[in-house]
Amino acid sequence: MRTRTLAVVVLLVALVLAGVVSRFASSDPDGLTKVSENHGFAGTGTTHHSVLGGYDSLSGVIGVLLVLALAGGLTYALRRRRRDDERV
Amino acid sequence: MHVPDGFLDAPTSVATGVVAAAAVGVALRGARRELDDRTAPLAGLVAAFVFATQMLNFPVASGTSGHLLGGALAAVLVGPFTGLLCMATVFLVQCLLFADGGITALGTNIDLMGVLTVAVGWSVFKALQLVLPKRLSMVAPAAGVAALVSVPAAALGFVGLYAVGGTADLSLDHLATAMVGVHLLIGIGEAAITTLAVGSIVAVRPDLVHGARRVLETRELVVRAPAQAQA
Repeated sequence: MRTRTLAVVVLLVALVLAGVVSRFASSDPDGLTKVSENHGFAGTGTTHHSVLGGYDSLSGVIGVLLVLALAGGLTYALRRRRRDDERV
Repeated sequence: MHVPDGFLDAPTSVATGVVAAAAVGVALRGARRELDDRTAPLAGLVAAFVFATQMLNFPVASGTSGHLLGGALAAVLVGPFTGLLCMATVFLVQCLLFADGGITALGTNIDLMGVLTVAVGWSVFKALQLVLPKRLSMVAPAAGVAALVSVPAAALGFVGLYAVGGTADLSLDHLATAMVGVHLLIGIGEAAITTLAVGSIVAVRPDLVHGARRVLETRELVVRAPAQAQA
């Protein structure tokens, strides 16, 4: 499989997971939240304003694309370029 | 396992922030050795995949859910240093745009769910590679076991931080038992997703999987005689 094909497939999978499959995610508290409720320290946690609201299909897709742009840009900038290797 | 603001006191949060910044600094240097023109495109996609999968809470026990952390997955696919950069990016976006994990707890979350899961996951994976047969088919299961171990390790890391700077007076034994118990269950889900994801990439492009490099390098080149010649 060509790298470009693989990249498109992985991106589509991520977008479908965030945009569609996430609708079926459990809304129960996660492990740490549940433990904090059971052990009486949930109330010590505070939360700040969420710019994008909660996770929904649209904000999930925006998040995926934003993470891709940030992490992809960073790692692309850090990579060894082929010319560098030839100079060694 | 996103830690909100307020669970840990200010000095502990500052300390975890310093540790996270130092770890990201080390990762920025280390990632240069892992990334080249061929592997770089996959790194951003791994971060995007981890972000998407962290939205998918699966039920684990009575009224409790969990989601993939992804440190072991990222480390095996793109290498531990690049993997940490991917994880840190995910937590930064979750914290700043989704209020998922506190702002003062960003360092804590990078340390627990990034540095710890990557370090433990990668170490377990490398240790398994030493004892398992050097076959491509072993890469995904080894990644799965590494993922399984990484989740309760992160849970124990939280208990350790709580012992140092927790804002409520709790029995640490009870906290440790509860945290490790539920996160062992979440670890099973983590192992399943990691095995499936790593196995899928290994099946189509093993050359792009960082954790498969040693296996590919040690493969011997066998010159096979054409069938006619044997006849």
